[in-house]
Amino acid sequence: MGEMKKAVITILGTDRKGIIASVTRILYEHDVNILDISQTIVSGLFSMILIADISSEQCSFEQLKDSLTEEARRLDVQIRVQRSEIFEAMHQI
Amino acid sequence: MINTSEILQTINMIDHQKLDVRTITMGISLLSCAADDERALAVRVYDRITRRAERLVEVGRAIESEFGVPIVNKRISVTPAALIAGAVKDPLPVARALDRAAKETGVDFIGGYSALVQKGMTAADRRLIESSTEALAETDFMCSSVNVGSTRAGINMDAVRMMGETVKAAAERTADRGGFGCAKLVVFCNAVEDNPFMAGAFHGPGEGDCAVSVGVSGPGVVKVALEAVRGEPFDVVAETIKRTAFHITRVGQLVAMEASKRLGVPFGIVDLSLAPTPAVGDSVAAILEEMGLEVCGTHGTTAALALLNDAVKKGGVMASSHVGGLSGAFIPLSEDIGMIHAAERGALSLEKLEAMTCVCSVGLDMIAVPGDTPAETIAAIIADEAAIGMVNNKTTAVRIIPAPGTKVGDSVEFGGLLGRAPVIPVRQYGASAFIHRGGRIPAPLHSLRN
Repeated sequence: MGEMKKAVITILGTDRKGIIASVTRILYEHDVNILDISQTIVSGLFSMILIADISSEQCSFEQLKDSLTEEARRLDVQIRVQRSEIFEAMHQI
Repeated sequence: MINTSEILQTINMIDHQKLDVRTITMGISLLSCAADDERALAVRVYDRITRRAERLVEVGRAIESEFGVPIVNKRISVTPAALIAGAVKDPLPVARALDRAAKETGVDFIGGYSALVQKGMTAADRRLIESSTEALAETDFMCSSVNVGSTRAGINMDAVRMMGETVKAAAERTADRGGFGCAKLVVFCNAVEDNPFMAGAFHGPGEGDCAVSVGVSGPGVVKVALEAVRGEPFDVVAETIKRTAFHITRVGQLVAMEASKRLGVPFGIVDLSLAPTPAVGDSVAAILEEMGLEVCGTHGTTAALALLNDAVKKGGVMASSHVGGLSGAFIPLSEDIGMIHAAERGALSLEKLEAMTCVCSVGLDMIAVPGDTPAETIAAIIADEAAIGMVNNKTTAVRIIPAPGTKVGDSVEFGGLLGRAPVIPVRQYGASAFIHRGGRIPAPLHSLRN
């Protein structure tokens, strides 16, 4: 087995029902395992950071990103998916 | 595990502070292409570049998408063309081949229509310099550079005179585009062999077959970091810049390593640079003003820039395994909205810019001067700048545009990353007799270090 490929998914927007449900459904459909979730709501602004294992062979980064972008448009929130290395590189020595 | 505030900090830097990787530049050696037939040479050059850089843009885009950090340009640098055109009479077909290869691979720029003449000039060097006016006018993405001096060799004043004339001719030949040809032409002293930045990039003869280098950016990030320490002493300012530069450079290192792995090409260097763009919030001048200057160009600017330049290197050097290129803060006039405003207000003059180039990377960059500026005056400006580089053991460069038909107070629009250049005054007194002496200015005493 190769090294685990991780992605950081950040969701920002106005709080509404079903954001977590629809995002996690998409992750499930792309065979992505969720490793960590942290979520806060500050004065109606929803923010969630989700760290996920995207090593599965069934998971294509571009397809996952496209699905999430489409869902973001439907939910009217910002969803961003990035490989975790950028955060590790910037903040860890 | 990465924590939430660090994740949000990174996203904020990318979204709101214009953190980006300015360029992934693939350096390609063309030494194996040398031929004594012009057509054969051009075909070999085109084939080699398009084969080597076939996937460069695609890989750059994929990295950009997966890591979520913009990679503004993908570029190619090649062996100085004069070195491979020694046996042909006309180097122009090489220029056309370079431009075609840039278009085919989809890169933003290709650099290396260059000659290294700091000590002397071969017939091939001369032919290349003489052809560069035409080459710059005919091509869209091809950049040219000439190294006219070095700390070890001194300054080749014959080459300086020729480059004054070449700059002038390139401006006139591209008068319909504001003298755009000059925006792709750099005159160096102490040129480096692994510079990923344009227009001065070339793949030096001491380099390997192929290498991938990265130039980072991020003046906006530094500016925002300094906003948090307003009024604090310079020790705090320097530490803050160092920490920020570390973060920025780590992104560059990551992108460079990833590009190297995916392209199967060795990693060259990360250029520790603060490269501005004409966008608001991406300005080196704004950093200097944040330090407490009323406007960039006033007294204190050189000291502020010296601190900035040094702190960027100190912070960046630990973040990368190999540092090189030009490494330092850039001050291209037309590419920095703060510099443009400062020049338009009369606060930033050519003389002050010259002083600033003593303490930063690289030189008089993207500066428009009146269209009637004589070739000898341009050559004298090049000589001054080369002298600063030669004596201070650093790279200096001149990219100057005597924009045809313009006078002081006008401005020339180049668009994109090249921005808008306000036309600033030059001295009215000539240097013609000085420039026409020719010969070489000897290397300084401290070049004898062995």
